[in-house]
Amino acid sequence: MELLDNLALGFSTAFLLQNVLYCFVGVLLGTAVGVLPGIGPTATVAMLLPITFSFEPVTALIMLAGIYYGAQYGGSTTAILINLPGESSAAVTALDGHEMARQGRAGAALAAAAIGSFVAGTLATVALAVAAPPLARVALRFGPAEYFSLVLLGLVVSIALARGTALKALAMIALGVLFGTVGQDIYTGTPRFVFGQRELYGGIDFVSVAVGMFGVAEILRNLEHERTRTVVVSRVNSLWPTKEDRRRMIGPILRGTGLGAALGVLPGGGHVLASFTSYAVEKRVSRRRRHEFGHGAIEGVAGPESANNAAAQTSFIPLLTLGLPAHPVMALMVGAFIVQGITPGPNVITDEPALFWGLIASMWIGNVLLVLLNLPLIGIWVRMLHIPYQVLFPMIILFAAIGTYSLGFNAFDVYAVVFFGILGYILIKCGCEPAPLLLGFVLGPLLEENLRRALIISRGDASVFLTRPISAVLLVLAVAALAVAVLPTIRRRREVVFSDEEA
Amino acid sequence: MERRRSFPDVLAGGIFVLIGGAFAVGALGHELGTPLRMGPGAFPLLVGAITAALGLAIVVKGLVAGELITFGTIPWRAVAVIVVAVLFFGFTVRGLGFVPTSAVTALLTTLASTRVRPIAAVAVAAGLTVAATLIFVFGLQLRIPLWGPWLGF
Repeated sequence: MELLDNLALGFSTAFLLQNVLYCFVGVLLGTAVGVLPGIGPTATVAMLLPITFSFEPVTALIMLAGIYYGAQYGGSTTAILINLPGESSAAVTALDGHEMARQGRAGAALAAAAIGSFVAGTLATVALAVAAPPLARVALRFGPAEYFSLVLLGLVVSIALARGTALKALAMIALGVLFGTVGQDIYTGTPRFVFGQRELYGGIDFVSVAVGMFGVAEILRNLEHERTRTVVVSRVNSLWPTKEDRRRMIGPILRGTGLGAALGVLPGGGHVLASFTSYAVEKRVSRRRRHEFGHGAIEGVAGPESANNAAAQTSFIPLLTLGLPAHPVMALMVGAFIVQGITPGPNVITDEPALFWGLIASMWIGNVLLVLLNLPLIGIWVRMLHIPYQVLFPMIILFAAIGTYSLGFNAFDVYAVVFFGILGYILIKCGCEPAPLLLGFVLGPLLEENLRRALIISRGDASVFLTRPISAVLLVLAVAALAVAVLPTIRRRREVVFSDEEA
Repeated sequence: MERRRSFPDVLAGGIFVLIGGAFAVGALGHELGTPLRMGPGAFPLLVGAITAALGLAIVVKGLVAGELITFGTIPWRAVAVIVVAVLFFGFTVRGLGFVPTSAVTALLTTLASTRVRPIAAVAVAAGLTVAATLIFVFGLQLRIPLWGPWLGF
C-alpha cells in the first residue's frame, strides 16, 4: 500500500518534537485569532510569515497551516457562546449554536462543533492524501498554456464564490494583477513602475499587501464605531451530548464533511460557501425538524462546522498539487514555500515527500490538538474576549510593522503597508472584498509568465490556448464560471444560499 | 427602473480607472514587443486597460443602478494616527533602534482610539514594547539593534 507508506513517512515527520511543538503553537495562535474579533488568520499568517524564515521548511508550513485551520475552529466557539462569529464561515454556526447556548445547552453545541470538526478534519485529511497524488501527476503534464488557463479559471472561480458584486471582484483581481507587475520584468529584467526606487526592483512584498488589506484596513473599520464590548457569556455545563444529540449529529456531520471536502477545493470562499450550503441542506433533509432550525437545532451546528473544517483541509489540495492558492491564507503559504526555496506545485510531492506527507499528517495531529485545546480549556478562550480592543489594535499595528520590516530590513515594505491599508480601507468601504486583490497579486506574475512562455512556444499564435484540449476545457469552465457570477437568475439563487445567514 | 446613484460605486470605479489608467500609461513607456516576444510593457498595458474598463463600468453602473451601500463615517483621527505611527516605524527603526521605535510607535497607535486614557496608553505601550522585544529580539533573534546609532550608541 503506497498510501500507507506515504502516511507512515508523513507521521514520522510530523511527530518530530519540534514539528508537534510548532503545530501546537500554530493551532493555539489560530484558535486565539479565531476567537478574537478584529483579527483574522490572513493578517496573522502575514505577520508571522517573516519569523518562520529561519525554521525548517516543513516546520514553518506546519505552523502556518495550523494557524489557518485553528482559526476556523476558534471562530465557532465565540459564535456559539456570545453570538459573535470570529470568522466569516462561523456565521452560520451562530444561528443555532447561540440559540442552543441560550437554552442552556452550550456544552452540547460546543461538543457538536468539536466532534464534527474532528471527524471532518480526519476524513478530509484522508481525502487530501488520496486525491493529491493523482492530481499532481496530471498537473505535471501541464504546459504553459494549460497553466495560464488554469490560473485564469482559478481567479474567475474565486469571484463566483465571493460575496459582493462580480464586477467589483473582477476589478479587484485585475488591480491585484497590476500591482503584481511592479518590479523587474522576468524576461528582460527591465524595472517596471518602480519610480526610480531601488527597493521596488524586487516587487512589492505580498506580506505588505496582506497586512495592509487585512490588518490595517480591518482596524480602521473597527475604529469607526468604538463601543465597549459587553460580553455576556453563556455558562457551559455538561460538555457531553445526550444520546439523542449524538444520534442527531451523525448524519449532518457526514453530509457536511462530504460537502465541505468537495467545495473546499474551489478557489475563493470555499469554506464559507461550504458551511452555508451545509446549513441549507440540513434544513431541507430534516423534514420533521425544519421548524427547529434557528431555534437551537443541533444539526445546524454539527453540519456547517463539519463542512467548514473539511473545506479548510481540502483547500490545501490545489495549493499542494497545482501551486494555486484557493484562499488568501493559501496565497501567503505560496510565499512561504518560495521563501523556503520550494516552488509549490506538482513537483512538491515527488521532490519533497517528507514535507508533503508531513504537512498532511500534521493536519490530523493539529485536529487532535484542537479538540484537546478547545473542550477542556474553553474557559480560557472565553476570558480572552475580555481583552479590550484598545490593547489589541496597537499590538496588531506594532507587530505588523516589525513583521514586515523583518522581511528584508527594508523600510519600503513598511511604507507599503500604509499604502495598502488606506487603499484597502477605502475599497472595502465601497463594497469591494479584499481577498480577490490578494489572489490576483499572487497569481498575476504566474499569469504573465505562462502567457508569454506559451506564446513563445507557439511562435506567437494565440490560438494555442484553444487548440490544446486541457487548456480549452479550462477556459470554457472559466467562461461558465463567469456566467454564473454575472447572470442574474443564477446569481439570485446564489444569494438565497448566502442570505440564509440572515434568515 | 428606479435610478439610484451610489457614491461608493462611483468612488471605487474612479479608483480603478485612475490606477488602471496610470499603469496602462506607464506601460506605454516600455517596449510592447510582438505577440511572439512580448515586451515588458505588453501585459501591464493589457491588464491596466482591463482594470480601467471595469472601473468605468462600475462608475456607469453606480450612476444608473448602484449598489446600496452606506459609506459611513471615516475615523479621521485613527487614519492619521496609524499612518503616522507606521511611517514613523519605517523611518526611524534603523536610526533609533528597536526599543525606542517600538515604544513610540505603540504609544502613537494607542492615540487612534478616542477613548484612550493617558495612563492606560503609556502602560499599553510599555507592555507591548517589552513583549515585542522579548518575542522578536530575544526569542526570534531578529537582527535589529536595540538602541540605534542616532542615540549615540
